[in-house]
Amino acid sequence: MSLGKILEESTRTAVGIQAASYALACVGLNVQFGFTGLVNLGHVASLLMGAYGTAIVVDKGGPLWLGVVVGLLASVVLALVMGLPTLRLRADYLAIVTLSVAEILRIMVGTRSFRGLTNGQQGIQGFADGFFELNPIPRGRYGPPLDGLKFDERQLWLLLVCWSLVALTSLLVFAAMRSPWGRVLRAVREDEDAAKSLGKNVFAYKLQALVLGSVIGALAGVMLAFDRSFVEPKGFESAVTFIFLVIVILGGAGTVKGPWVGAMVYWFVFQFTDSFLRDVGWVDADVAAIRRLLAGVMLASLVIFRPQGLFGDRKESLIGER
Amino acid sequence: MTRRLLAAAFVLLVLWWHPGAAGAQGAGSERFQGTLRNEVVRDGVTERPPVGGVTITVERDGTEVGRAVTGADGKWQVPVEGPGHYRVTIDRATLPEGVGLRDPNTTSLEFDVNPGDVKGVVFALGAQAATPSAVEQLSSLFASGLVYGLEIAMCSVGLSLIFGVSRLLNFALGELVSLGAIVAWYLNTAGPRLTLVLAGAVAVLAGGVTGGALDVGLFRKLRKRGVGVVSMMVVSIGVSVALRHLYLIVFEGSPRAYRQYAVQSRLVHLGPVSLPPKQLWLMAIALMALVGTGLLLNRTRIGTAIRALSDEPDLAESSGIDADRVIAVVFVLAGALAALGGVMFGVTEAAQWDLGYGLILPMFAAVVLGGLGTAYGAMLGGLVVGLVQELSTFWFPTDFKLAFALGALAIILVTRPEGLLGVRERFG
Repeated sequence: MSLGKILEESTRTAVGIQAASYALACVGLNVQFGFTGLVNLGHVASLLMGAYGTAIVVDKGGPLWLGVVVGLLASVVLALVMGLPTLRLRADYLAIVTLSVAEILRIMVGTRSFRGLTNGQQGIQGFADGFFELNPIPRGRYGPPLDGLKFDERQLWLLLVCWSLVALTSLLVFAAMRSPWGRVLRAVREDEDAAKSLGKNVFAYKLQALVLGSVIGALAGVMLAFDRSFVEPKGFESAVTFIFLVIVILGGAGTVKGPWVGAMVYWFVFQFTDSFLRDVGWVDADVAAIRRLLAGVMLASLVIFRPQGLFGDRKESLIGER
Repeated sequence: MTRRLLAAAFVLLVLWWHPGAAGAQGAGSERFQGTLRNEVVRDGVTERPPVGGVTITVERDGTEVGRAVTGADGKWQVPVEGPGHYRVTIDRATLPEGVGLRDPNTTSLEFDVNPGDVKGVVFALGAQAATPSAVEQLSSLFASGLVYGLEIAMCSVGLSLIFGVSRLLNFALGELVSLGAIVAWYLNTAGPRLTLVLAGAVAVLAGGVTGGALDVGLFRKLRKRGVGVVSMMVVSIGVSVALRHLYLIVFEGSPRAYRQYAVQSRLVHLGPVSLPPKQLWLMAIALMALVGTGLLLNRTRIGTAIRALSDEPDLAESSGIDADRVIAVVFVLAGALAALGGVMFGVTEAAQWDLGYGLILPMFAAVVLGGLGTAYGAMLGGLVVGLVQELSTFWFPTDFKLAFALGALAIILVTRPEGLLGVRERFG
């Protein structure tokens, strides 16, 4: 494969559904981690709620819209379950509990005991037809004249919806963070005690941020599930949350453009590494491991060397030197 | 700048160091294989003669894609084409007289095959185990919970001490557990074939050195720059992810057992509990390590310094305690204990690249349960987690193990957030 092809493939991934859904998920995580300073290490569980909620309802014969609503509601419940016992405690506890809850959920949907609902390790498939029936785009291949950058009508429809959701939620976050409500969130991040002494109910604000972020995460889960029309427990490992963290920090935690800038850069770099390594003859398993290894190195070195990310404002950054 | 170059050089080194992994297992070499053995237990000594002449079929989406008959050595092999979801079935009618499936309901197993996978398939044969009484079951679960709990306790003490002296939740400690298991496996089985005790000792040393290096080379510098504890935790997550996948690349995916571990020996009967002597040895070693840590904390100068730094960092530093040195010592101690825990898990189960990652949640549960930052709390928490996990399997499927340990954690957080042995401070 030529360098041109590899670049083409990388660009395709950087605007494709993976980048779009990860960007959406990271808009949610950014509300929690970037703006409010909540260390949520179980964000992938919100995606799981959205994805499985939709899949299960449709699989049992319910309409698609109901499935999405159930998925989003489930993510609200999840945020409450994670937040209520821990948000009064130190940040460390939230980190441990969110990570634990995410792992338990992943194990639970994969266990044989709930096979009737989740179909265990094999997952659920074929629930996205309703979504693609709504597709107004006529059949064809769309995009610039480069063959590798063309998307068919299904992919284009999903991309349009997903990137629109990224834009909408980003707009919402932009407006919210300029409002008095958003200012309190940032005050909580900067100095919780100061916010408290001004009479703000810090606990309630944190919980609201957690719920908002979780619902946006669930939307991303729905999008990811539509893409393959398939959900399985393996797709919701905690490693995914760590990748979200990389993306949020890479784009700039606590900035509105951070999530989608981060997601596009991340997926470009990783598709490039992936295609390149495969091109020079590495096998799949090793390439996957190296990608994860790089993600880890990236996470650590970003925080150490450039905590504000590519475009973030150092003063607005939760992480780094304080 | 130099550090950035070093980091880049490190990645390149890794990429270069693992050459030609491509050729050996390209796509198209996927297969199922196994060795069928009967299991006969005579007075605690297990014999495992091979079973020949048994038909095994492989199906994909309901259509048969291959079949094999086991040879006189019990071996069989079915190559398949391409990745996918497969079902492997043993034909019960072809089993010889007197040999049965241990679980008569499990005649077929399902697998997801990735490109290049060679899947080992194990059908458990043997006399259908006579169902032990509830008391026997519970007491043997209690015993294995005790062993597991002691091992978890050992891994978590360091986690808790590190948090105590530096307020850092160190995710990378899980990877030191794996390091211990892997180093011991290499020295014992793959490399110079040392005895397990010697290999374990070297592994513990390696864990201590790596733990110390992590502090001196990384976290101490971050502390000096005034990096917050949340950021340091994120760094430790990054280090943990990177190390883990480095192990995966070097050590590869499958679990490996130790050499001497294969030797079977007579069970030791203690009342209703029957344990292999291996378990008793492990319990003794773990207890000694824990008592040793306790003595170190209570009877030595460095121990006093560690406790002082955990309780009142400002006062401790102003009374002349060198915080950097104490924290480095704690990292070394934590690394060594974690590696020892890793060796023990390697003995009870097997060494695996993500061993520590699977244990980090029980470790966190133990630490929070006992009280973040307290050494004895972590020991107690470890025991509770181990017992809760093992005993829960008496009533519930094993999938729920972890959920129960973390459920215990949730109850503690709601009712007594400072943990069992923690001192109440203002929370939130």
